[in-house]
Amino acid sequence: MTDSQFLVEVRNLVKHFPVLRGILIQRQVGTVRAVDGISFSITNGETLGLVGESGCGKTTAGRTLLGLYPATDGQIMIDGQDLRKARGAKMMAIRRKAQIIFQDPYASLNPRWTISAIISEPLRVHHLLSNPQERTDRVRELLRLVGLSPSHLNRFPHEFSGGQRQRIGVARALASDPKFIVCDEPISALDVSIQAQVVNLLEDLQDRLGLTYLFIAHDLSMVRHICDRVAVMYLGVIVELADRDELYDHPLHPYTTALLSAVPIPDPKKDRERRRIILVGDVPSPLNPPPGCRFHPRCPIAIERCHQDIPEWRKVAMGHWVACHLVR
Amino acid sequence: MTILLDVKDLKTRFHTPEGNVYAVNGVSFNLDEGGTLAVVGESGCGKSVTMMSLLRLIPIPPGEIVSGSVHYRGKDLLKLKEDDLQSDIRGKEIAMVFQDPMTSLNPVLSIGRQLTEPLRVHLNYDPKQARRRAIELLELVGIPDPKKRLGDYPHQFSGGMRQRVMIAMALACSPTLLIADEPTTALDVTIQAQIIELVKELRDKIGLSIIWITHDLGVVAGLAQHVIVMYAGFIVEEADVDTLYESPRHPYTLALMAALPHAERRRETRLKSIPGAPPNLLVEPSGCPFAPRCDYVVDKCKTLNPPLKIIGNDHSIACWVDVKAREPQ
Repeated sequence: MTDSQFLVEVRNLVKHFPVLRGILIQRQVGTVRAVDGISFSITNGETLGLVGESGCGKTTAGRTLLGLYPATDGQIMIDGQDLRKARGAKMMAIRRKAQIIFQDPYASLNPRWTISAIISEPLRVHHLLSNPQERTDRVRELLRLVGLSPSHLNRFPHEFSGGQRQRIGVARALASDPKFIVCDEPISALDVSIQAQVVNLLEDLQDRLGLTYLFIAHDLSMVRHICDRVAVMYLGVIVELADRDELYDHPLHPYTTALLSAVPIPDPKKDRERRRIILVGDVPSPLNPPPGCRFHPRCPIAIERCHQDIPEWRKVAMGHWVACHLVR
Repeated sequence: MTILLDVKDLKTRFHTPEGNVYAVNGVSFNLDEGGTLAVVGESGCGKSVTMMSLLRLIPIPPGEIVSGSVHYRGKDLLKLKEDDLQSDIRGKEIAMVFQDPMTSLNPVLSIGRQLTEPLRVHLNYDPKQARRRAIELLELVGIPDPKKRLGDYPHQFSGGMRQRVMIAMALACSPTLLIADEPTTALDVTIQAQIIELVKELRDKIGLSIIWITHDLGVVAGLAQHVIVMYAGFIVEEADVDTLYESPRHPYTLALMAALPHAERRRETRLKSIPGAPPNLLVEPSGCPFAPRCDYVVDKCKTLNPPLKIIGNDHSIACWVDVKAREPQ
């Protein structure tokens, strides 16, 4: 296995946030185990989906992966570079190659900046194209690339709709010519018809520019559409990872099964026929995750062993990994 | 079956400095007692304003209900005195649940206080009675340990739990009709499934009539009996749920369906998106509002707005074109 096969490799990534108390003398009273040891790799040109309920740590995982949060432990390799060891110019080089599209197109664009200033920020930060004319040309090119008119250059974010704003976010992420983009729920704030536009745009850009995506989402139907492989996350750990069709056709982990059964089917007859597994309660607090298998308090088939032993992360078929005691 | 709610030719406008916003343009529908109606459409299609207009909850001015009638059990809600509407209808007969459970609860009042308020205002319960009923309600919507949670504040509840509290609050005075405005949009799929199951259960248990507003055709399929599709303040298609999903006939409904990815279907090459953006409601509608984005558009569509016409058993569309007979362009 050569290094070039994987663009992104994550091993045993841990991100804990300390909970502090006290004003002058702060002491740590707890730890939020947002991401608690996850491993995956993404090959060049692939889209890996990361799905889970809110609060399962998927956004934290994406941000830690890019160094936006310093990791607590583990290894992150992006394009052969160790992100956790990189400093200064090396870090900047990695950041140029790895970008992010944020979830909320309303909050992620500075309302006082023009579109031109927003999209050219990565160019300024990375000292690319110092000539102002070249920069403007690049911004125009990016606007065209994401399907907006280059004449929108000097407008402000409030003049655009949600879908258009998300396109601006995409243009900004593309400005520094990255190889890898973390898409942090880029469509969940949009209407269904606009979602399709943005997803199509992301797919086109991937084909044209050879991009690699980590696609974070909670909408399982869209994930099946856009991703090649899917990882299911629950309370800071990945519980199942498999090829898209394998995961949807033969889900093994009870959490994946429940998650899939909760997806609404736009067909009244099928919806009536199918058996829904309704999970009780919410995701427990990552401040104090349950012992043993983290899913056991909500698991419909949990046995005694699940309460104590942490299930091993193992390969059950070609490219299909799962962490559950009950999967043979 | 008796008709519970009968809305005829409802028109709502907003007078703004930029001009008139034509939000609702002649909407008519009715709801049977115990029925479930879904209203589907993109943001800004007028679905929420329609429901707010029913209860006269839109701010006047800038809003204005230009015409129409809303008959609820024979009474025209638009002609009722404000005081009577407030004391007899809102919350008591017709209750609403809003989209965002994070912002529609008062953060500085305990859940118990917010739950008992409608009981004391509408039903003149004394504090003890109100408290007992509040516990009952929390139990009904499946909140564990309701006695203890009554003193908790909204931030101590998760999103799904807050939405349950909102539903409990709406159910406080045993309304006949529940209007739910995108109640699951802000929630995870698993929690969404919980809430939908809960609403179905309530419908069967206490015979609630429901109007469910959403932009997601997927959610509606398992819940509604009857569906209205709205676009730019007009109803463009109306049918019972099976007919609508089996043979949608309005180009907009077709486009909405095509834009949905199917979790149980394998990846198609591309999602079909609807080109362009929803229309500008500042312009007085002339011609079919969907014409600029429509695949089936003919010349007539640009000048004449098609009326809603019946095309089959319980199925109406507002379109000049027969999508079955014509190829999309």
